[in-house]
Amino acid sequence: MWDYVKLAVLGLIALCAAIAANYARDLAYMVNAITVMLAAGLAFLWVLRRVGEPNPHNPNEYMDGVVRAGAIATAFWGVVGFLVGVVIATQLAFPQLNFEWLQGYDNFGRLRPLHTSAVIFAFGGNALIMSSFYIVQRTSAARLFGGNLGWFVFWGWQLVIVLAATGYVLGASQGKEYAEPVWYVDILITVVWVAFLITFMGTLFKRKEPHIYVANWFLLSMILTVAMLHLVNNAAIPVSIFGSAQVQLYSGVQDAMVQWWYGHNAVGFFLTAGFLGMMYYFVPKQAERPVYSYKLSIIHFWALIFLYIWAGPHHLHFTALPDWASTLGMVFSVILWMPSWGGMINGLMTLSGAWDKLRTDPIIRMMVVSIGFYGMSTFEGPMMSIKAVNSLSHYTDWTIGHVHSGALGWNGMITFGVLYFLVPRLWNREGLYSLKLVSWHFWLATIGIVLYASAMWVSGIMEGLMWREVDANGFLVNAFADTVVAKFPMYVVRALGGLLFLSGALIMCYNLWMTVRAQPARATQHSAVPAE
Amino acid sequence: MCAKRVKQSPRQVETTGHQWDGIEELNNPLPRWWVWVFYATIVWGVGYSVAYPAWPLISAATPGLLGASTRADVATDIANVDAANSAIKEKLIAADLTAIGADVELAAYAERAGAAVFRTNCSTCHGSGAAGFEGKGYPNLLEDDWLWGGTMEDIHLTVTHGIRNTTDPDARYSEMPKFGADELLDKDQIAQVVEHVLQISGQEHDAALATEGATIFADNCAACHMEDGSGDRTQGAPKLSDKIWLYGGSREAITHTVTFSRFGVMPNWNTRLSEDEIRAVAFYVHGLGGGE
Repeated sequence: MWDYVKLAVLGLIALCAAIAANYARDLAYMVNAITVMLAAGLAFLWVLRRVGEPNPHNPNEYMDGVVRAGAIATAFWGVVGFLVGVVIATQLAFPQLNFEWLQGYDNFGRLRPLHTSAVIFAFGGNALIMSSFYIVQRTSAARLFGGNLGWFVFWGWQLVIVLAATGYVLGASQGKEYAEPVWYVDILITVVWVAFLITFMGTLFKRKEPHIYVANWFLLSMILTVAMLHLVNNAAIPVSIFGSAQVQLYSGVQDAMVQWWYGHNAVGFFLTAGFLGMMYYFVPKQAERPVYSYKLSIIHFWALIFLYIWAGPHHLHFTALPDWASTLGMVFSVILWMPSWGGMINGLMTLSGAWDKLRTDPIIRMMVVSIGFYGMSTFEGPMMSIKAVNSLSHYTDWTIGHVHSGALGWNGMITFGVLYFLVPRLWNREGLYSLKLVSWHFWLATIGIVLYASAMWVSGIMEGLMWREVDANGFLVNAFADTVVAKFPMYVVRALGGLLFLSGALIMCYNLWMTVRAQPARATQHSAVPAE
Repeated sequence: MCAKRVKQSPRQVETTGHQWDGIEELNNPLPRWWVWVFYATIVWGVGYSVAYPAWPLISAATPGLLGASTRADVATDIANVDAANSAIKEKLIAADLTAIGADVELAAYAERAGAAVFRTNCSTCHGSGAAGFEGKGYPNLLEDDWLWGGTMEDIHLTVTHGIRNTTDPDARYSEMPKFGADELLDKDQIAQVVEHVLQISGQEHDAALATEGATIFADNCAACHMEDGSGDRTQGAPKLSDKIWLYGGSREAITHTVTFSRFGVMPNWNTRLSEDEIRAVAFYVHGLGGGE
């Protein structure tokens, strides 16, 4: 019965998508509609071939298939995102790479959101979904709730990524940073995200452990807050149901404020709270040490989620935003410093008694460096939110450097550590193919980040100083183009840093691939037994 | 991966007693320094929000004890700069255009002000070094091959009213005929006159065609560009007997120019810049090397 409902729904979606493609008012909409039609058609065939077959899963076994798929998707989208990053970094240094024959498709302006969305939502998003599904099952001692709902979340998210990415290249964009997907992609995101929430919450509800582990608090706060941010910031009216254009519900400074309330908390809840959830599970597991302080985890959790949500206005210092909002954004950002560092302390101190592992275990080394970068960027962030500092740093490459020390250092490194932790376990393999290659990855990535971040600091501060330089009569000394010329060497170094980071990720993919291919199997229990 | 389990040091504190998938939690107290720094930032935050505009009320936000306002700060900064420069600005407006250079103080001011105006408004087309964009129709301002004249008065007039724009009736204006597109000359004649232009500009050319082209040049081009191709600044007709080209001096580029003509436009700046800024930027451009 349920299968027939699914078939009817999928058939209807495919049909509607075909109609939409026929009436499409723009190319991006048409390509997206065809993509949806094909996706629904394939899902239809897949369900059709399995109608009436029993679904033989053991309710006491963990559902790891979707986590395995998540690991593959994380590694794949990571490489795609880093590659596009290297391309656009090189374009900034050598503008000739905005090729004439690809005019309108490979321009920096089209590729830049492709890069940011690929790394944040495709790489980071898959890492979060994969880790959430793994962690919530292990720490609840329960199989994932909702039957195949987890698979719907996984495939739905991949569809979101493909629709958004093809849309960007073909010119469909909402024009809001980190919220570029257009209205119908936003609707799909909402559906997938609600399914994610149901899967996660459902698993928590049927847990066999008496308490909810701290990692799950962070992951749940991420899922809930991102849902709220997404709904509020993407409120828009489509120009036509057959086109990708839309009109924002808010305008002027209100729109800017909503956008940066969203933008800042995308960092705060997606890239900070969510990844702290990953850290709280995988660091103690890999170190085989207890978490340092339960008290600290409670205090910094509530402080972090309460304070983060107010910090957005610091993105709009010295704009049309009223002074009072600016002040509050700055004050909350500075107070946020210690709550952020609570996570760093808990992560690092969990290793006390296991520091020697830094010498022997490159995965622990990766996680420690990642926590180190987390600490650095959560100090740098509050500092840059101070108006006096911001008047120099705003609009410069310093911001780019700050974001990347966080994204490459914290999010990237911890995700690599998690993949190295998960792949042998998910595929039941005796350890990784090569720890030496993990060391290579570690050093390439670390040197890459250092090159990237230092190049951007130098270039950002130089640029800020050049912009504000005035002569004795109060006239600006430099033209904008002068700063562009001056930044050239730093742009080359930055692209080089990105290339090193990308090479490390490729080495990781090879290592993980060989782990699955060539390592001997290991007999393990995957049943959901509560840890007493 | 790490098969060897590291021996745990004797525990200082108890765990909470729970376990999840083998993970335990110690019940360590909050680090004291962490708590104190956290408190300090909160105290500072409260203090700062009292001193500066912060708390939104029903119709407005609290103004803060210090009465700070970023908008007022900017207005004050601008007013200060204006006040400091107002005397010399008036002097610049009153001065005879050709006499600016003689007054050391005035010249130094005009030089800096003009440079700033140039970087903000002119460098988009003429380049931040004022070298123009050869072949694309953006003149090089560093040399003395002027299209509309290089005296202070000429440059001042060009900046004020612009060239061939539709927004200022006093803009400098002239239009070269589209000899090919409007069928004033046929293809062979154009090829001949192009050879002639190549000849007078000292480039490699076909001597036979150039000789025939000389007659065509005299009949069609010399009225503006003069018999010897030396150009006419009163109508912005470029000098053709040198190696400086606005749209390129190759055979192909000149053929294109003769066939389709060119129509370089410069905006009038009198609606966007004040008189003292126009004078300053004219002085700056005049002083770049080609001023007459």
